[in-house]
Amino acid sequence: MRVLLMGNPNVGKSVVFSRLTGVHVMSSNYPGTTVGYTEGQMKVGTETAEVIDVPGTYTLDPTCEAEEVALHMLELGDVVVNVADATNLERNLYLTLQLLEREIPVVVALNLWDDTHHRGIHVDLDRMREELGVPVIPTVAVSGEGIKELVEAIPEAVAGKHPARSRDERWAAVGRILESAQVVGHRHHTFLERLGDATVQPLPGALFAIGILAGSFALIRLVGESLISYVMDPLYNALWMPLVEAVSGALGGQGVLHALLIGRVAGGVIDPVESFGLLSSGVYVPLAMVLPYIVGFYLVLGLLEDVGYLPRLAVLLDSAMHRIGLHGYAIIPTLLGLGCNVPAVLATRILESRRERFIAATLVVVAVPCAALQAVIVGLVGDFGFKYVLMVYGTLVLVWLILGSILNRLMKGFSPELLIEIPRYRWPILTPVLTKLWARVLGFLREALPIFFAAILAINLMYLGGIFDALARFTAPVVTRLLGLPADSVVALAVGFLRKDVAMGLLAPLAMTAEQYVIAGVVLAMFFPCVATFAVLVRELGAKDTARASLVMLVSALSVGGILNAIL
Amino acid sequence: MFGWFRRDKRRPDLEGDIVPLTSLRPGQRGLIVDVKGGRRLGERLAALGVRPGKKVTKVSSMLLGGPVTVEVDRAQVAIGHHMAARIFVDVSIK
Repeated sequence: MRVLLMGNPNVGKSVVFSRLTGVHVMSSNYPGTTVGYTEGQMKVGTETAEVIDVPGTYTLDPTCEAEEVALHMLELGDVVVNVADATNLERNLYLTLQLLEREIPVVVALNLWDDTHHRGIHVDLDRMREELGVPVIPTVAVSGEGIKELVEAIPEAVAGKHPARSRDERWAAVGRILESAQVVGHRHHTFLERLGDATVQPLPGALFAIGILAGSFALIRLVGESLISYVMDPLYNALWMPLVEAVSGALGGQGVLHALLIGRVAGGVIDPVESFGLLSSGVYVPLAMVLPYIVGFYLVLGLLEDVGYLPRLAVLLDSAMHRIGLHGYAIIPTLLGLGCNVPAVLATRILESRRERFIAATLVVVAVPCAALQAVIVGLVGDFGFKYVLMVYGTLVLVWLILGSILNRLMKGFSPELLIEIPRYRWPILTPVLTKLWARVLGFLREALPIFFAAILAINLMYLGGIFDALARFTAPVVTRLLGLPADSVVALAVGFLRKDVAMGLLAPLAMTAEQYVIAGVVLAMFFPCVATFAVLVRELGAKDTARASLVMLVSALSVGGILNAIL
Repeated sequence: MFGWFRRDKRRPDLEGDIVPLTSLRPGQRGLIVDVKGGRRLGERLAALGVRPGKKVTKVSSMLLGGPVTVEVDRAQVAIGHHMAARIFVDVSIK
């Protein structure tokens, strides 16, 4: 049996899914968190059923790619669990009625049920069951209330046997049902609602956004730096370093194995960043240098997501983003890209047109550095002064804006307008925020660490084999003349295709000037995305558009690098 | 006192109290009477609860042709400026 979870965006389908299957999936307080589908398993009676978390859709007449996915999934299911927002049945029941007009058995879950009480909404469940003709179960997915009843109701699901209706007839039917099954009382605005309204007003909204942005950066830095100086560095120095030194001693301080495991020793010191051995830099850079910032970034992003701030930011930035061929909602993939470009490229699916998706994805891979790369850039460039870090970020923001407006002008067509639901603010709940953070951190460790180790291993082997010397000689004219970087740095640019943080780390022993580090950081960020991002890019845009995006990358990275070299 | 006069001056094509959503003040209520501009737009808006016969309250509009945010059925929807300009509301309702 295959159970489909379907409903409007942002009604908590993913939370219901996690409750039913025990599989954690990303959930946030904005429409479009789920753009692909997730499968899991659950027990229905004695049978094991497959459960699919379908992207949110307002209607079965699809208006964007995520909704097309939803419609396509409907043909594959045996039962639909229609998750509806109990506090906004006027809109949610439209999809419910569309589902009930089909052959497929349906159970309706009225989620966010606890909210109906504080919002003065009374729903007559018996009346609702009678009108819809299928089981209707009130649920509070975040606390698990009603989930057991929902599972028990799945075998009782029946097809709706509703007549096929036209759009207007369906809306009229929704109105009729609610007239008899729902009473809405009057009630005063809460603090969160007033705050919600204020943050979409032009001036208070802009001030609030600046505050949020500044607060976010401060919090990310605080978390990152505290983890580094109070947890990771002491741990590395006290526990791991002696081990590395012991291994180095046992290996006699030289030889091929020593070069691979420990790396280069300068002045009797095994530098955790510069030595570049598997056991030294291979452990220190990802775990003590990058991971703390990943934790900081995803904690802040998770909070902003769950509170429901991001769609308001989209409204605020909409006019500005139209200048670069996108609408405000494209800020969501962009922010995700500051964590990792892979989910960012996937998230471009919330945008309606192919043109927008191309622009958004290209801008992400070219001008949005991932958290891992940023951590190493800040670590290396920051040593010379904050001014240089600002130069890197300032350049990338300019590139994002200029490249966006160029693409907007060059590409045919125009971008559609913003049309989104603005969710209510919700107080973040600790457990889901931490679960999500944990899932993302684990995802980073699982996906990044193996490639990280492989990259370091490959680099050391290639060094030993003299391959990089040849590569450096071959590309020297471009790298030294155009970019003003030492010939050795070409190695880093090549390695950037595997992992950008490793690549940036490779630059550490090169003793470059602050300006050179700035150029290298910018070029690395803009140059080819890492292999994981490249793979999703091909999948999302297709080979032809990926080739076009790559051309854009190459040309813009080299020209921006050249310009920086000329002016710095 | 000259309210009706000024409104007529500015939007001579509109009758009485029917204005586009964009010209509502924040906090002002109106009854949607018409959505001009094609079936597809109408459907996308309707899916979000914005359709003729619905009462809306304007929450805000952004500067420089930014989106208009309205509240309809206790939910808020942000609508791009040009779309909002094609949604006509009757502001004479109580």
